[in-house]
Amino acid sequence: MSNVFMGMPALPVFGDGNLHIEEPFPAAAHRELGNTQMRANLRHATHTIRDKRLKVVAELPDWEELRDAGSATKDLVMANLPALLEEFEKNFTARGGIIHWARDSHEANKIVADLIREQNTTEVVKVKSMATQEIGLNEYLEEQGISAFETDLAELIVQLGHDKPSHILVPAIHKNRTEVRDIFLKEMPNVDPNLTDEPRLLAMAAREHLRRKFLSAKVAISGANFALADSGTLAVVESEGNGRMCLTLPETLITVMGIEKLLPAKEDLEVFMQLLPRSSTGERMNPYTSLWTGVTEGDGPQNVHLVLLDNGRTAALADKYGRTALNCIRCSACMNVCPVYERTGGHAYGSTYPGPIGAILTPLLTGIKSEENSSLPYASSLCGACFDACPVKINIPEILVHLRGEDVDSKRGTKKLPTQMDLMMKGAGWAFSSGKHLALLEKGLPFGKLAAGRDKKIKRLPGIAAGWTQSRDIPAPPAQSFRDWWKKDHTPVAPTHQQEN
Amino acid sequence: MSAKEEILSRITAALHDAPNPGPVPRDYRTTSDMAEAELIELLVDRLEDYKAHVDVVDAPGLPATIVERLKDATSYVIPHGIDERWFDAADTRLRIDAPGAVLSVSELDETSAVLTSSAVSVAESGTIVLDGTANQGRRAISLVPDHHVCVVPVSSIVRLLPEALPRMDITRPLTWISGPSATSDIELERVEGVHGPRQLDVIIVKGL
Ligand code: SF4
Repeated sequence: MSNVFMGMPALPVFGDGNLHIEEPFPAAAHRELGNTQMRANLRHATHTIRDKRLKVVAELPDWEELRDAGSATKDLVMANLPALLEEFEKNFTARGGIIHWARDSHEANKIVADLIREQNTTEVVKVKSMATQEIGLNEYLEEQGISAFETDLAELIVQLGHDKPSHILVPAIHKNRTEVRDIFLKEMPNVDPNLTDEPRLLAMAAREHLRRKFLSAKVAISGANFALADSGTLAVVESEGNGRMCLTLPETLITVMGIEKLLPAKEDLEVFMQLLPRSSTGERMNPYTSLWTGVTEGDGPQNVHLVLLDNGRTAALADKYGRTALNCIRCSACMNVCPVYERTGGHAYGSTYPGPIGAILTPLLTGIKSEENSSLPYASSLCGACFDACPVKINIPEILVHLRGEDVDSKRGTKKLPTQMDLMMKGAGWAFSSGKHLALLEKGLPFGKLAAGRDKKIKRLPGIAAGWTQSRDIPAPPAQSFRDWWKKDHTPVAPTHQQEN
Repeated sequence: MSAKEEILSRITAALHDAPNPGPVPRDYRTTSDMAEAELIELLVDRLEDYKAHVDVVDAPGLPATIVERLKDATSYVIPHGIDERWFDAADTRLRIDAPGAVLSVSELDETSAVLTSSAVSVAESGTIVLDGTANQGRRAISLVPDHHVCVVPVSSIVRLLPEALPRMDITRPLTWISGPSATSDIELERVEGVHGPRQLDVIIVKGL
């Protein structure tokens, strides 16, 4: 590809919107961990989906080959993004679609609101979209006097419950069926007062509630899962049919999509439409996928728009160790397998993107120096489950470590005195540099027992280490170190070569 | 500078140190050979797993099966290009949707069923693709009525998705259907029946 630097503008330009978290991850996680109902709900849901995913993935003898193709395709897309975007625009426009470009969330929101106003309406139906969540479109439209109705069941639960999404695929995953029933009874007009918590009946209630809206809406707003450059085609992957309703019935369709969603050509769908459904809902295929290319006379919306969104994506692309985070197809497998997510839930991450992908994508989009977002790369035990599950093989643990390094570097320059972390690391360096140093320290172990008290647990460590004990107790250290015990109980013997036989 | 110019130049600048990616390895399965009977069996298994009702019939038996599937419908819509041997033109429940004579959304909402053909089906994932040609109709007719009877000619079934894509005209409005509408939004358990047709009947036709 060409590497011509055009001399403008200064990079990187970070994103805004619902990406800036308001409180650091450890504080939010501490609070969320106290919500035992939510933890039970999450445990149930993530374990259900893990088993389903494993089963349908195991069915395909070529799963790894599909992952390799998916990962390589996305790398290719990122490396050729300007040319692919131009190609997409040309084809989409030739078929009667209209493209708008938005540098940031404010610009995108304004474009959408103006397009809605042109249609003389103050109501729109929406099909679930991460991009519009990210830019805070619903909030913006409300300020402009436009009501946006979420039509995806989980989004509806969140919207009616005046809640926030906690998962990218199943935003109401933190609610169980009884809680959903209670929200419907309280917030849904004309709902049957005898509604039970059976999921099928809850789905029926949502159908009743939204039917009129679908049939009368003039404008719909959607996201897109994929865009094919060589034909100008957009794709939405969904389950309930609310997507089909939004993409088919209204006269005007406005799609908001991040610039990284492109695929070069039709045949790439054969890879991604095998990877995505199996990784996300653990199904062989999702119930409905809709594809459209600009305007088709006599079928579907005749006024078709696409807003192409940057909002920090180019900043993420400029990070050579982090840019593969843009390869994400938002399947949510990484959060479903993550032990940290399972315990803290999505709200603790404070951004539109929770879980392992959120812990890297959010700070990449906003910059690591943004407010509290620098705490996100630490929201991981680096166990690697996310990397194994990711259908496009994003090495999330490696990017987490890279971002932790960036965070430390960015803070070092701003502080005159060494931080507690610096001192601790220095101390650890000294301790592990020689056996004698370590032995000296181990003499202090019995004092640990004293600090722990009778229940043999240390509940609070001092200083920076307090973070470690914030949500867990540490068992008291033993009176004797492993090295001491080994010395006393073992006399050295000559090594044998038994194992080699 | 326009937003487009600015974003494109940001991307170009961001990529100045990007390595040239290698070619995409395509070592996954792109072809298969499966006997017709097995192919049908696989598709039936997948569709039933999604809670669709499936009939497998020979071509001469198709009209009778359609009658049977539509027997409870108070009205049904067909696209104008459906094979005329598939329906009884004198049936008073019948409505035909054609260019220049389209049913309104509220008329479709009052119609209880829809009969369409299909373009291509993928056995391995239980996916039926509609492409809006004359025997499948515009997208709204197979969406708004609550009951979809869909005919799948055996000649249109392939095993793998990579075998199906070359058969799709990508610029047509495409709808890929894998079972009746469903949701996994409550506790990640799948339940059938939300906004799309809650009942999906598939008729697989041998010799077609
Ligand atoms: S990072 Fe990978 S596993 Fe996580 S949502 Fe994105 S594509 Fe899925």
